[in-house]
Amino acid sequence: MVSAILPLVLEDVELRRQGKRILGPVSLTLEGEGITVVMGPNGAGKTSLLRAMHGLERINRGRAVWQGGAEEVRARQAFVFQTPVLMRRSVLDCIAYPLILDGVERKMARARAETAASQVGLDVTLTAPASVLSGGERQKMALARALIRAPEVLLLDEPCANLDLHSTAEIERVLIAARDRGTRIVMSTHNVGQARRLADDILFLFDGRLIETGSGDAFFAGPETPEAMAHINGDLLP
Amino acid sequence: MNDIVEGLWQAARLVITLDPGLAEITLRSLQVTLTATVIASVLGLPMGAWIAVNRFRLRRFAIAILNALMGLPPVVVGLIVYVLLSRSGPFGVFGLLFTPTAMIIAQVIIITPIIASISHQAIRELWADYHDLLISLHATRAQRIKTLLWDGRRALMTAALAGFGRAIGEVGAIMIVGGNIDHATRVLTTAIALETGKGDFGLALALGFVLIALAIAVNLALHMLSGTERGSRW
Ligand SMILES: Nc1ncnc2c1ncn2[C@@H]1O[C@H](COP(=O)(O)OP(=O)(O)OP(=O)(O)O)[C@@H](O)[C@H]1O
Ligand SMILES: [Mg+2]
Repeated sequence: MVSAILPLVLEDVELRRQGKRILGPVSLTLEGEGITVVMGPNGAGKTSLLRAMHGLERINRGRAVWQGGAEEVRARQAFVFQTPVLMRRSVLDCIAYPLILDGVERKMARARAETAASQVGLDVTLTAPASVLSGGERQKMALARALIRAPEVLLLDEPCANLDLHSTAEIERVLIAARDRGTRIVMSTHNVGQARRLADDILFLFDGRLIETGSGDAFFAGPETPEAMAHINGDLLP
Repeated sequence: MNDIVEGLWQAARLVITLDPGLAEITLRSLQVTLTATVIASVLGLPMGAWIAVNRFRLRRFAIAILNALMGLPPVVVGLIVYVLLSRSGPFGVFGLLFTPTAMIIAQVIIITPIIASISHQAIRELWADYHDLLISLHATRAQRIKTLLWDGRRALMTAALAGFGRAIGEVGAIMIVGGNIDHATRVLTTAIALETGKGDFGLALALGFVLIALAIAVNLALHMLSGTERGSRW
């Protein structure tokens, strides 16, 4: 499936905050299918890059261009935040919320939310307030909420950061299934094993710059930069 | 001290015998203030939310004005409404002066800033939590405000109750625009002022206790009503 809102083209995108360059200049093109994994140490700019792609950050220089009108570009992508945003509602209503915004009737939205919850393996009392969820459950809730509109592009910021091995495997299955349905996925992770398992492509960020890109296989077979090498080998950088 | 005990007794007696005079002014108090609270909430709650959610040039200024308006002296509000509604005033043709409607208008002016300001505070915190999500999900402006009002409803109820509390105990403005006319615009607070003036402290105190009981009853009733939606407890 060719996504109508792709390719996404970033041209010399630069983010500056409080007089400091926190990202960029980054140029890249996102197209085709598959899972792109964004890697890099803490503070490298992974969150900033994903948020800039999604249009949540003010871009100071350069630009990020999606295809199509602003309306459909926003409607056809979803974002899973590094810290899940909890609404003061039941778990079910949190997941159903994007559908409610789309004007789907409440009963129908809830039924679909229930399906979405079971798809991500969220096995909790769905009528309970979202605030009772554990860290891992919150992330599953956020993923279910992101998937419920069946987005063409799904951006995830460390979706498995609080998950145990079992849940991580579950989420990876969900992501792979979404990819196989044609959803273009961009996600960040610190889990090198996960990156190996999922990455069709790698974006490696270091100190706000995109210093290495390529296919997952090539990247893990032999990264070109010492920073990437050190990162995937778990070495402590100088 | 004796006066207070005597007042309590008299209050009990008035309530138990369902004194028609008392019932009349109590109901009028409730009617005027509840109407004013509903109108002020309909105006103030979205206003507070709107200021919280939108960035506009005079935002700080608007918030400052709102906070200043919270402290409006009721007597001055009463005076202004009086002038506006008086026969020679711009709205004189409606003949509203010395009617419960005039009292409602005055109370709405007094409590709308309070309700807007408290709801602005509450919604601003909620907005900080929800901001990224609502932007990401591409919620329209109206949808954002609706979501924030709904999810913040508990805090907003507190805002409305604060407005109610201020209005039910207010006397300066409604005395001026209502005139404290028996069987027409007399309410608990104006009756208390009248009886105090006449030196009938017992009756004034009795009315005072009824007023306090009324305020407590309305608060409890609202909390109980909202407590019935068990599914959405936080
Ligand atoms: N609003 C801001 N003001 C100032 N500095 C910021 C701001 N936002 C981000 N930064 C800085 O930008 C850098 C990149 O942040 P970012 O969150 O993108 O990193 P990250 O790669 O996602 O890190 P992590 O792995 O810890 O999540 C950090 O050094 C951060 O402190
Ligand atoms: Mg991050």
